[in-house]
Amino acid sequence: MTKISMNVNGKAVSRDVPDETLLSDYLREHLRLTGTHVGCDTSQCGACVVHVNGRAVKSCSALAASLEGAEVTTIEGIAQNGELHPMQQAFTDHHGLQCGFCTPGMIMTGVDMVNRYKAEGRDLTTDAIRHELEGNICRCTGYHNIVRAVEDAAAKM
Amino acid sequence: MYPTKYHKPDSVDAAITALSGAEDGKFLAGGQTLLATMKQHLAAPSDLVDVRGISDLSGIRMDGDTLVIGAATTHAEVAASADVNSACPGLARLAAGIGDPAVRHMGTIGGSIANNDPAACYPAGLLALNATIVTNSREIAADDFFLGLFTTALEEDEIITSVRVPACAKAAYAKFRQPASLFALVGVCVAQTADGARVAITGAGEDGVFRHEGLEAALSSDWSASAIDGVEVSADGLMSDIHGSAAYRANLIKVMAKRAVAAA
Amino acid sequence: MSTGIGARVKRKEDKRFITGKGKYTDDVRSENQAYAAFVRSPHAHAKIKGIDKSAALAMEGVIDVLDGHQLTGDGIGNIICGWAITSKDGSAMNMGAWSALATEKVRYVGDAAAVVIAETQALARIAAEAVEVDYEVLPAVSNAKKALADGAPEIHDNAPGNLIYDWEIGEEAATDAALSEAAHVTEMEITNNRLSPNPMEPRSAVATYDAAEEHYTLYTTSQNPHVARLVLSAFYQVAPEHKLRVIAPDVGGGFGSKIYIYPEEITCLWASMKTNRSVKWTSDRSEAFITDAHGRDHISTAKMGFDADGRITGFKVDTIANFGAYMSLFSSAVPTYLYATLLSGQYDIQNIHCNVRAVYTNTVPVDAYRGAGRPEACYLIERMMETAAREMGKDPSELRRANFVREFPHQTPVIMAYDAGDFDANLDQAREAADVAGFPARKEEAAKRGKLRGLGYSSYIEACGIAPSAAVGSLGAGVGLWESAEVRVNPVGTIEILTGSHSHGQGHETTFAQIVAERFSIPIENVSIVHGDTDKVQFGMGTYGSRSGAVGMSAIVKAMDKVEAKVRKIAAHVLEASEDDIVIEGGEVKVKGTDKAMGWHEVGLSAYTAHNLPPDMEPGLKESAFYDPANFTFPAGAYICEVEVDPETGVTEIVRFTASDDFGTIINPMIVEGQVHGGIAQGIGQAMLEQVVYDDDGQLITGSYMDYTMPRAADLPFYDVHHASTICPNNPLGMKGCGEAGAIGSPPAVINAITDAIGSNTLAMPATPHAVWSALQAAQ
Repeated sequence: MTKISMNVNGKAVSRDVPDETLLSDYLREHLRLTGTHVGCDTSQCGACVVHVNGRAVKSCSALAASLEGAEVTTIEGIAQNGELHPMQQAFTDHHGLQCGFCTPGMIMTGVDMVNRYKAEGRDLTTDAIRHELEGNICRCTGYHNIVRAVEDAAAKM
Repeated sequence: MYPTKYHKPDSVDAAITALSGAEDGKFLAGGQTLLATMKQHLAAPSDLVDVRGISDLSGIRMDGDTLVIGAATTHAEVAASADVNSACPGLARLAAGIGDPAVRHMGTIGGSIANNDPAACYPAGLLALNATIVTNSREIAADDFFLGLFTTALEEDEIITSVRVPACAKAAYAKFRQPASLFALVGVCVAQTADGARVAITGAGEDGVFRHEGLEAALSSDWSASAIDGVEVSADGLMSDIHGSAAYRANLIKVMAKRAVAAA
Repeated sequence: MSTGIGARVKRKEDKRFITGKGKYTDDVRSENQAYAAFVRSPHAHAKIKGIDKSAALAMEGVIDVLDGHQLTGDGIGNIICGWAITSKDGSAMNMGAWSALATEKVRYVGDAAAVVIAETQALARIAAEAVEVDYEVLPAVSNAKKALADGAPEIHDNAPGNLIYDWEIGEEAATDAALSEAAHVTEMEITNNRLSPNPMEPRSAVATYDAAEEHYTLYTTSQNPHVARLVLSAFYQVAPEHKLRVIAPDVGGGFGSKIYIYPEEITCLWASMKTNRSVKWTSDRSEAFITDAHGRDHISTAKMGFDADGRITGFKVDTIANFGAYMSLFSSAVPTYLYATLLSGQYDIQNIHCNVRAVYTNTVPVDAYRGAGRPEACYLIERMMETAAREMGKDPSELRRANFVREFPHQTPVIMAYDAGDFDANLDQAREAADVAGFPARKEEAAKRGKLRGLGYSSYIEACGIAPSAAVGSLGAGVGLWESAEVRVNPVGTIEILTGSHSHGQGHETTFAQIVAERFSIPIENVSIVHGDTDKVQFGMGTYGSRSGAVGMSAIVKAMDKVEAKVRKIAAHVLEASEDDIVIEGGEVKVKGTDKAMGWHEVGLSAYTAHNLPPDMEPGLKESAFYDPANFTFPAGAYICEVEVDPETGVTEIVRFTASDDFGTIINPMIVEGQVHGGIAQGIGQAMLEQVVYDDDGQLITGSYMDYTMPRAADLPFYDVHHASTICPNNPLGMKGCGEAGAIGSPPAVINAITDAIGSNTLAMPATPHAVWSALQAAQ
């Protein structure tokens, strides 16, 4: 057991958890932030993507214990003052979700990719979006509307 | 996962001490392979010694004409590094293609080469670029480091601290992804070095990453994609699985080698 | 903006999903939660000689370890297949016993022999590894053809030769005669690759027993919670229906795999009673590969005969269907009434015969997966048509046109009676959108870049809206396949719709609300949809087979008819007018041609205050209906796929995918297009990427995403989706269904395109780069 303190979605949190606790379990089971999902056990589906210190990370593949003091943002934390994040808005505008299970990871990945491309001054083409979504699997949408949503959000972010 | 004890030492010595004090300890870096293995109960280390708190293991710098990359440097950091992009752009592009964006934010160069997955990208890159792996106790040439599937020259309590890569303007890595895992089904790294062309291949060999003499000879005398046409790439010693026969992998080695030369 | 039929209304349910507030089964945590982990067989076929639980039971935090003898000893019944198929010799199908926890034998890798209940999930999984099962390993067989061969290991005592049934449909003698007189016969052996459905949410169950009430509550990942409750009660004897509440909250995709009642749910319910704890189990992805029902897995030989004008004279098919180790809930119907009955395709074929042998193997049970039987039929027909066209030197679309059914209703020789369609319209629309005329120039340009370009067609038809209860009953179904709905108008005029359909991505909370808002002229925000809870909704058959529109919405319409009738009576009474003059529009209930009106909410209030109702009228405004369809519905369409193959690597890129579908009436085009996109993606996945592979000993090779290729964004194109619709004459809204079409129509279009590109017809699914490269090498 180790006491792990983080800043999650702008709030300081602290929990005693076993050392082997994954960040995904820390969020889901200890903080009860169940918007972060787990869809595979080989770090491939991306349903669990959150931001750690501003960068997309698969929360199923990080130990909570290794993130003492980190700033973590989950799907529950990106809407500001009741306003949806442009990426969230774009997903509903473009019907970029069906069952909703992969959606939190898709949105967090989408936000991260747009931030990086903007910071680097690179053009986020639809081909680039598809490539950047390599680590996120959706079984419902066929990705068409997800790509359109990210493209639209990128223009608005 | 089985219970484990987590340590985050701030020096190499403290890391070695923590590991040697453990019943069955393992070093942890980005965790992108180890944690998945632990989740599936394929590994159950008593202790995890996280090396990311050791400042000596981080950062990228130039030492004359040699790039020095700290072992705990993430793939994303290597891909974005101005030093890597100017001294060895092929290595930056290789790093930019490992895994997916979230994996690149966590996975490290030291973790990747210590694991020596037979389908990983870095082993091919470092072997072709004639890199040197620096540990807490010695320097090991890449030629002597990668010993087979998931096997390296590292001793039990030896820790990789950095990787030294000679600057190389003409080098490139071409990866043909295994469709499911997106690891390399065949990855070929070509480099024009002071000692002639070096060609290293990952994903294909039954014994892990290897150099290809025929391709190196052809490219040493004529650095061009067409020089590869005449090279015989044998399927002997290559892997065969549901994603590709040995013959298919042999074909891909030539195709990817040509594409790498064209991109270099 | 309109929110009625045909409007692209944004989904009402999205907000909770995009903000992380969806509530899926694994998000549920009961007080004092305990966790289950299963002890699964590493062997494909073995006798259980004994189970040593002592090491696991000795672990601190392990509550109990339970086995199959305890389960059957408590009277928990075997898992059944709910559709009886009779072999052609008149014998019943050979259903082998399937206990939720194996007792004497395990029959596939993953078959559970025991379950551990512990204080944490991690501990349960560790303890499961400490349970020692003494296995006597038996020879195993994974391939269906090999399972039928002499000397194959026998999996169930009551299924000699591993044969479950040997069934036929159509006239064999007439078909043979037609083939023998044909001017041309196309013959193929076609495999339909085995798939794993892979909804992104793994299956999960939270079962809670209340000893004081002798009552069970089950949260579960189900497409049909009422069917689950029925089966858990009537066949597995877990609890009587009134003592079992099944809740399927937000469910993260199903694609068929969450129709069935699996060993895990049964075991969790029973274990909850045994341990007096709430018991939770959530699959991880590796476990899903060895427990979720697989789909497809047919081996067929087919002959199609043509006369000199290219008209089909006869079609004969022999199919072996791999059922895995046990018969899953709907398994028997898939390669029979959902497959062979569709073998006429879009074509007027007078003579069809199909023989199907269903076979046990030492693999995960196989059942319906998106399309269920119809993709297998469509793939067979459309590969045959394209191949025949090439063999006869005809244009593939002209060969199809020469055989299209053009008069409706059309009775096929294999049960189905097509009610409406315009197959030429779909083909025309698709050809134009796909710019087929420009293809030769694109092919030439690609060749200059060293790429091989190809174009392939698929004209599909399927049967949805399953189905008229009497019809399916006569064919062996164990349940009726109607749907129910209840419309509750509240005193303030807002409306709750209780439906037996279940939404796990389909957007019912939006589309169902659209038809209600339009019908009663109220804001869509004032309508909410309730589903997925047996305590709230009285009954329902659930969502699968593209039935929620054609059957589920039809039930809502029928219930709304009753509400409207009562509303008219109330309004006529209050407004002192004739019922016939009452109209509902603009949020009001009016007397036609006058200014007399009451607000919609006032009608609701009147019904509940009951101060001024017509004599003998009951208070309240709530009506329910059961809708039993008159026929299947027949969505159809034409798909055109254009590919570019890199001959050096065998990599195929889909450069263009065009769809023209006929779904009848479309409620929300945005949602319908989303369904088509997803279906096509799964069809492309089957055609190019996905395959479950077992070795000869029954070990699963593709047990994770490291080896089972899930379609990713970069594997797929944008889809060009069009509609050319005819109205379904057999349900009130004229709907046909759209959920499965993409997965049914697309695989043959893809393979027809790739084989066109590479100039070789010897190519099986999935057409991976390795497979395409190998086909190119073999053709050289």
